[in-house]
Amino acid sequence: MNLQFLVDGLLTGSIVGLGAIGVTLTYSILRFSNFAHGEFLAWGAYAALVAAGVLGWLAGGDVAAIAPFSFGWTLILASVIAMVFTGLLALTLDWLLFRHLRRRANAITAVMASFGAAMALRSLLEFIFTSSPAYFSRKLQIAQKLGLGIRATPDQMVLIAATAVLVTAIHLVVTRTQVGRSMRAVSENPDLARVAGIDVGRIVAITWMIGGGLACFAGIMVGLLVQIRPYMGLDLLLPLFAAAILGGIGSIPGALIGGLIVGLAEALAVQTVGAEWRSAVAFVLLIAMLLVRPSGLMGGKS
Amino acid sequence: MSSILAVTDLVSGYEPGVPIVRGASMTVEKGEIVVILGPNGAGKSTFIKSIAGLVPKVSGSVTLGGSEISALPAHRLVHEGLAFVPQTENVFALMSVEDNLLLAAGILPKSERAGRLDAMYEMFADLARQKRLNAGRLSGGQRQMLAVARALMVNPRVIMLDEPSAGLSPKLVEQVFIDLSAVRKAGVTVVLVEQNARAALAIADRAYILAEGRNAHEGAAGELWNDPAIAALYLGGGKIKSQPEAAR
Repeated sequence: MNLQFLVDGLLTGSIVGLGAIGVTLTYSILRFSNFAHGEFLAWGAYAALVAAGVLGWLAGGDVAAIAPFSFGWTLILASVIAMVFTGLLALTLDWLLFRHLRRRANAITAVMASFGAAMALRSLLEFIFTSSPAYFSRKLQIAQKLGLGIRATPDQMVLIAATAVLVTAIHLVVTRTQVGRSMRAVSENPDLARVAGIDVGRIVAITWMIGGGLACFAGIMVGLLVQIRPYMGLDLLLPLFAAAILGGIGSIPGALIGGLIVGLAEALAVQTVGAEWRSAVAFVLLIAMLLVRPSGLMGGKS
Repeated sequence: MSSILAVTDLVSGYEPGVPIVRGASMTVEKGEIVVILGPNGAGKSTFIKSIAGLVPKVSGSVTLGGSEISALPAHRLVHEGLAFVPQTENVFALMSVEDNLLLAAGILPKSERAGRLDAMYEMFADLARQKRLNAGRLSGGQRQMLAVARALMVNPRVIMLDEPSAGLSPKLVEQVFIDLSAVRKAGVTVVLVEQNARAALAIADRAYILAEGRNAHEGAAGELWNDPAIAALYLGGGKIKSQPEAAR
């Protein structure tokens, strides 16, 4: 058996997992499925592309890549800028749309509105950047042999490491800090959180910033490993939800594990049954999980 | 004595145009235990929840220590020193006992948090023994204890409780009221809504009786206890025993 699927699976899994953390947080704290979350990946990737371009221009043209990677310091800085931008974009969408629906309408209205928002955001990207793909770099990377028949490029390895760092950081914030405690409290019982002195509006804002920021990073990963397209978020939407449900709604480690399962299963399916079955895998896993254990792997609440 | 909490002509309700509290008033003096009684559907819970900022107020005024607080959101009221313990789901069941308390301590300066936590563990020894346990796994009485400790964590001026004895066994009800007397002794003013009128009057200084969202009667706890007409109407009737002095 060829173990190469492990690298491909880990990469797809990291992308899906990072996106799923936002889905799971939004669901548990704001109580609705945000189908516009995929668009944050696409907007995040384009934001990083623009920011890297501007930074490169400010630095006076072509910025050399940091060996052995395909990207230079401009993309690293641009990623941070884009993550903040995408967080603010999520916050703005909430401010313009979801905030009002939370107050007046039921959850299903917010879900439908998120479909509409997704279409608008996607079309706007297509309008601005056209539907032809864009790339952070056209530099070719040579995959290195890691043993056991596994090969990975330096970009792939650093992205997996970066995902691990990001997820650990977010996990520590949620489990060890006052902000995290407040997030868990708002997710469990918003009214009780209010009388415990928690500014629920502030926690909602932090949730959007974290969800948007991580989605942006996932989008940048897609951009580095594949390409940037306005439809990249839509393509990942189902795996994102499958991962969030698989891991258990509300659980951050669950979302990442769910993402890794989806990613590895997809990669294994490509290798064993054929690439045309790839997209079906998330569906099958999702349905199986809902039938066997609807609360997910790490879900406390059903 | 100066009045610490004053509610004047409060009108409030969940839906616009459907008031449940229709002009109720209440004055609470510093260091008192005041109980709010009344038949089912009298608006007692809505009254106390709107003071706590959880039910929208339509009109009326609420002052705490002389300053108007009726426009403040629920989380700001805690900062002002007004704590509230809801009737049900009053602890974070998925979080540990200690996390429940630390969460509440979030509004205190960092240097004071550990001290306050120790003070609560000293006051409620049962909680200290189970600090790592998820609050959802506590018994009914211990949950109520945690809910009160959570509210006291921030050293409030006034603590309001919505039916703290609901769903508890008679022995635990007794314990809850003993705890509340201790809370008052620690210098916190107590306001509670109760169905268990007899037990509440036994520790209260004064009582307000609400009916249909308005004040129906008010007076010293002993007075209400001994008034046969009131007892028959609002206190579940039955034989009237004398109010035990020791409990007060």
